[in-house]
Amino acid sequence: MSKTLVEKIWDAHVVKSETGFPDILYIDTHLIHEVTSPQAFDGLRKRGLPVFRPQQTVATADHNVPTIDQLLPIKEELSRYQVDMLTKNCAEFGIELYGLGHPFQGIVHVIGPELGITLPGKTMVCGDSHTSTHGAFGAIAFGIGTSQVEQVFATQCLLQQKPKTMKIEVNGTLGKGVSAKDIILYIISKISAAGGTGYFIEYAGSAIEALSMEARMTICNMSIEMGARGGLIAPDQTTFDYIKGREFAPAGAAWDKALAYWKTLYSDADAKFDSVLTFKAEDIAPMITYGTNPGMGMGIQENIPATSSQPGKEQLSYQKALDYMGFDDDSSLIGKPVDYVFIGSCTNSRIEDLREVAEFVKGKQKAENVTVWIVPGSKQVEQQAINEGLDQIFEKAGFQLREPGCSACLGMNEDKIPAGKYCVSTSNRNFEGRQGPDARTLLVSPLTAAAAAVTGKITDVREMLTKA
Amino acid sequence: MKKFEKLTSAIVPLNIENIDTDQIIPARFLKATTREGFGENLFRDWRYNGDHTLKPDFVLNDATYSGQILVAGKNFGCGSSREHAAWAIQDAGFDVVISSFFADIFKGNALNNGLLPIQVSEDFLSAIYTAVGKNHKAQLDVDLEKQTVTIVDSREQADFEINAYKKSCLINGYDDIDFILNQKHLIAAFEQAK
Repeated sequence: MSKTLVEKIWDAHVVKSETGFPDILYIDTHLIHEVTSPQAFDGLRKRGLPVFRPQQTVATADHNVPTIDQLLPIKEELSRYQVDMLTKNCAEFGIELYGLGHPFQGIVHVIGPELGITLPGKTMVCGDSHTSTHGAFGAIAFGIGTSQVEQVFATQCLLQQKPKTMKIEVNGTLGKGVSAKDIILYIISKISAAGGTGYFIEYAGSAIEALSMEARMTICNMSIEMGARGGLIAPDQTTFDYIKGREFAPAGAAWDKALAYWKTLYSDADAKFDSVLTFKAEDIAPMITYGTNPGMGMGIQENIPATSSQPGKEQLSYQKALDYMGFDDDSSLIGKPVDYVFIGSCTNSRIEDLREVAEFVKGKQKAENVTVWIVPGSKQVEQQAINEGLDQIFEKAGFQLREPGCSACLGMNEDKIPAGKYCVSTSNRNFEGRQGPDARTLLVSPLTAAAAAVTGKITDVREMLTKA
Repeated sequence: MKKFEKLTSAIVPLNIENIDTDQIIPARFLKATTREGFGENLFRDWRYNGDHTLKPDFVLNDATYSGQILVAGKNFGCGSSREHAAWAIQDAGFDVVISSFFADIFKGNALNNGLLPIQVSEDFLSAIYTAVGKNHKAQLDVDLEKQTVTIVDSREQADFEINAYKKSCLINGYDDIDFILNQKHLIAAFEQAK
């Protein structure tokens, strides 16, 4: 019987399937961090259970960590306690921890792929909704709650209903100044912040196949922003080339065996999806969000849709979002002054993102009115940026290169955007208060963020590219 | 896990769509390492001003409304997977959340904690808002066994869906870990066969 890629991987991991019950799904790799794990470790203690497969569990500290002076004790007491608790729990339960100071430390969804932990055909979970990122390798990867973290600790399995499948095809060639981030913001703006709920999404089509691994991660990362638990892309030569030689990737005979299996991981030609959507790459412009959920996005030259054009029941929530942002409906964002630019997060903090920004800002200066933070996704990304001299370019431009962590994406550490300020951000969520109480977030690609940093206002980066 | 069978209660109406888990409990309040106490910061930035004074207009600060049932607009619980959102709602005294649409992860987290998420039609949601508009103390009657929710004043009733397994977990107060642990021999066998 023909199967979709999701079905192939899912079926290979079902320990037990019984009518009337969710499947017992085997989890190959469990990633954990300091914020969503302590209560799960506590649960194990209360039940008197060990971590069943500690060697399939990897920990890092990312959400709560400072992004300056990481080797000094964390100043904020509660954050320090939470990070210390992770260290203590990992030691007690025998879990490998890439904590502060470790050369592999970083955002959990950046380090998994760069260390060769994330592999095609795997099932992977983490107590973080952006676990969908790992789907870029052709893995089933999704975010879970803390009770489920405890479940995986205790059993290396999860009770899960098999999801519905959706295929999103993007065909054609992207225009100048348009990147993976724009593709995914465009898709979300078309199908809404709830349009993928209940589905696992497979991204396909010539525009997706042409993307690098890091760009594919950006796409899969934001699957959750349309409600989908996960998104994935069939592995191909781009995937295999990226994985080969990484720290924990299979090598030698194990590589050959793995590769042979990975080459079977694609949706069969006549496989049935529950839903199929198709988009044209040529229709996609640099995107920007204007509201308080990632579905409220538009091409940067467009006007914010009129409140009156929204369905009746939704007008109240829509207007509330625009009021929060301080924007008028039916107006353009071009030229609006910007206070902060944040380049980072599990969506856009990898070396390609930093290279793209550096190439654009080389020889340019940030605008005086803007504070620019660049937060690399991991120690390895940070080191590579330094090795390539990107740190010098950023410094000359007045951009601050900080140390790795989730940082201002969610403002759990000190990296918060002040109330009322506008932050052009390469992160994934523009929710009210996400980057700090009353902070206002505009989601964009790294290139559009770099343009805003240089001009100090919202800018169509394409105009700056043609001038150059 | 907390058991749930039946509930008759007044409601707290929160007629807003796309309420994300960052609104339910902002990230800066996720630093606790136990499950308790998150209710204090439920809807923190809607409930409190920057100087920690209460915002009197917000429904949770309005003594007119009370009860163990939270009613909210579609796509409730979208965004982050933080289970703290379900813990905060429960800790603030709610046992049921009603919406016309729930985000997946939130729904799962709620069910794993004995907080019942009930999905109703847009029309029934409107009927609830209408009822509470007329009578701020209007009550709902929730019956998990029968899978019904009823507006007590008008006797309008809606059926709701729930996975049969999850339903029995709620009624009996057992959780997924208990269920899987009873079948652990299958897991080792699966690993062997791989």
